[in-house]
Amino acid sequence: MGLYGPPNGGKTTLANRICEDWLGETMGSVSRIAHETREIQIKEQIVVKSGNKELMFNLVDTPGIATKIDFEDFMKSGMKKEEAKKRAKEATKGVISSIKWLDEMDAVVVVLDSTKDPYSQVNITIVGNLAARNIPVLIAANKVDLKKSNIEGVKEAFPQYDVIGISAKYGNQLEDFYAALFKLLD
Amino acid sequence: MLTLRFIPYNEIHALSSYDRIKKIVDLAKEDQIILIEGKLKKTEEVELIKRTMEEISDKFKGIEIAEVNPQENKDVQFFQKVKDEVINFLLGDRIGFTVIGPATIVKEIKQDPNKIQLLTKDKKK
Ligand SMILES: Nc1nc2c(ncn2[C@@H]2O[C@H](COP(=O)(O)OP(=O)(O)OP(=O)(O)O)[C@@H](O)[C@H]2O)c(=O)[nH]1
Ligand SMILES: [Mg+2]
Repeated sequence: MGLYGPPNGGKTTLANRICEDWLGETMGSVSRIAHETREIQIKEQIVVKSGNKELMFNLVDTPGIATKIDFEDFMKSGMKKEEAKKRAKEATKGVISSIKWLDEMDAVVVVLDSTKDPYSQVNITIVGNLAARNIPVLIAANKVDLKKSNIEGVKEAFPQYDVIGISAKYGNQLEDFYAALFKLLD
Repeated sequence: MLTLRFIPYNEIHALSSYDRIKKIVDLAKEDQIILIEGKLKKTEEVELIKRTMEEISDKFKGIEIAEVNPQENKDVQFFQKVKDEVINFLLGDRIGFTVIGPATIVKEIKQDPNKIQLLTKDKKK
């Protein structure tokens, strides 16, 4: 099962949450600076339990998909020029590998920042490509703990999909999320 | 100076997928804003993103992209929608427009059924 989405949506935070809940370990590093994840990360054989049902899957955390990457944005976050350029280069490669891995997914959770405009073309491109490949999709409208969060907006943008509002960081509504996972992976 | 390059459906459709994407990226690298009649296939859009990522440099920082679907109004009646879908099927990806601009010039494209808003960047001192 893959976690896909634009940079900074909270994919790795959610991956860590799932791994902590069911494996007792974390998966990857999280940052407020975009493109923190620049390589595909895999955790194998995660077992999620609910009642007497069990679900086993390999979890794939992916680099955020973007249409633009500007090393100067990283410099604004305090990085030196060389470091920023290196991060930008790695980030471009990360986007390419996320796209290449699309075909390997059996199901995908698209993680969106629910405080942001859901109609961005990247979101539409990701969801559209999963649909074109017949890959089941669940949309996690993340960061519901924030005031600006707008789950209804996400639901409106993707009316044909299951949308679950969560806070990966604080663990809100994770029960609903796991229930939806059972439905997605069944 | 901003240049808006219009690409009619017939021109973009005559090309293979590969050349279509190459053409778009090449124009964006020349700092042109491109208005395409019709839409790319979803699978072409990810190819476009891939190609864009391969081309990113200190000068070319990627693209902004938006699709405009004039007929996609939330309030359309059911029959209107069915009709639109039939027309869509007949005309393929001809309906709507795609706007693509280099990220160094276009900060954001706001989509709206009736208008396109290009938010441009202030040129650096
Ligand atoms: N308030 C709030 N912040 C969150 C939540 N989930 C993630 N964040 C924050 O959002 C930022 C990005 O989180 P990541 O998990 O690194 O995002 P990502 O999608 O993996 O990003 P990339 O790896 O860059 O694609 C971090 O500062 C997180 O702490 C949430 O539920 N609520
Ligand atoms: Mg990440």
